[in-house]
Amino acid sequence: MSVGLVVVSHSAQIAAGIVELAGQMADDVAIVAAGGTDDGGIGTSFDLVTAGLEAADSGDGVVVLCDLGSAVLTAETALDLLDDDARARVRVADAPIVEGAVAAAVAAQAGDVLEAVLSAAETARGSAHADAAEPGVPAGPSRTLTLVNASGLHARPAAELVQLIATFDATVLVNGVDARSMLRILGLGLDRGATIEVSATGAQAREAVEAVAALVERGFGES
Amino acid sequence: MALDADWTRRWIELVADRVAERKAELSHLDRDIGDGDHGENLDRGFTAVRSRLADLDADATPGAILKLVATTLISTVGGASGPLYGTAFLKASMAAGDAETLDDRLADVLAAARDGIVARGKAEVGDKTMVDAWTPAVDAAAAAPDAVAALAAAADAAEAGAAATEPLVARKGRASYLGERAMGHRDPGSESTALILRAAAEA
Repeated sequence: MSVGLVVVSHSAQIAAGIVELAGQMADDVAIVAAGGTDDGGIGTSFDLVTAGLEAADSGDGVVVLCDLGSAVLTAETALDLLDDDARARVRVADAPIVEGAVAAAVAAQAGDVLEAVLSAAETARGSAHADAAEPGVPAGPSRTLTLVNASGLHARPAAELVQLIATFDATVLVNGVDARSMLRILGLGLDRGATIEVSATGAQAREAVEAVAALVERGFGES
Repeated sequence: MALDADWTRRWIELVADRVAERKAELSHLDRDIGDGDHGENLDRGFTAVRSRLADLDADATPGAILKLVATTLISTVGGASGPLYGTAFLKASMAAGDAETLDDRLADVLAAARDGIVARGKAEVGDKTMVDAWTPAVDAAAAAPDAVAALAAAADAAEAGAAATEPLVARKGRASYLGERAMGHRDPGSESTALILRAAAEA
């Protein structure tokens, strides 16, 4: 199983939409919507959040994404009233709800542990400045590649890339940013035809670079 | 007057009455600087409290009554005031313990409620929130010679605190998005706090 997610929004439609969007990249992750009040109005429901925490928890833990302030208050109140054992496996992310949910879903799908999924969500806070965030000097093997697929390094290919990299014992940089972070990859804004430099360090650096090159060269399975 | 279980029930019933009477006014304050649902949300919560209170054991202690108020508000209010007042009543019920009356611990009960709100909402005095009514009320109650005087002093201080939120810029909650446009408007949470503490003094 994997870390689960609960999406707490004031709006049932927002929560459901985020679950749909994030779920596109994370088939095996339990992502539960807790949007709106009990009677379907705008607001947040303690009972929906509590039920969501239970439904999303397979034993590996749950990351909660919230929209506006009172969603956080409701989530934290629900957390306080869980038993100690369940509460120890829940984290409320300080992250923008859409980007955070997508990043967390991809990390959970890749098999990351609770703290890593939380951290993936929270990197979404700085995603607007991702391209300036890391100088990233490539130290190991590297390849220069051209994106041939139609959508470039957008959401689905980026998710595939992140999941592929998670299978290697290596730190991989794409154009200098840490490729474990889907949001930083997306922040590069790379379209079809863009040139990317992939480099890696670590025990499986060469294998990781070659695997990424193969994925890029076959166009991420897109036409 | 003993602040016993009968008083606690009268207090909560009176809050429910006054919230119902003033829900349009509370929502109007909220419409000016928030999402406009504070009165309706609290009315839904206290209507549910009233109905569950009728089913509570006749020999329930003040602490048990406060706990029922807490869990009901948390699960029925829907806005930020649900977790905030819910946590306040929960911490108050813990401070009340199994005691038959709150006379000897009223200041502690009020302080616990305020501390719960601060812990939940992370607001400080001056942020234009209900804390601006609660904190002067707790201080006034602690300085009063007895429980009855403490309730009156707390209600007066909460009302003054609510009025004093008008010139402030909000630093928490939906109103914080408005910046200086929130100036000149009273914080609705501070007003409902004053309502709750005035009802305590009159119950």
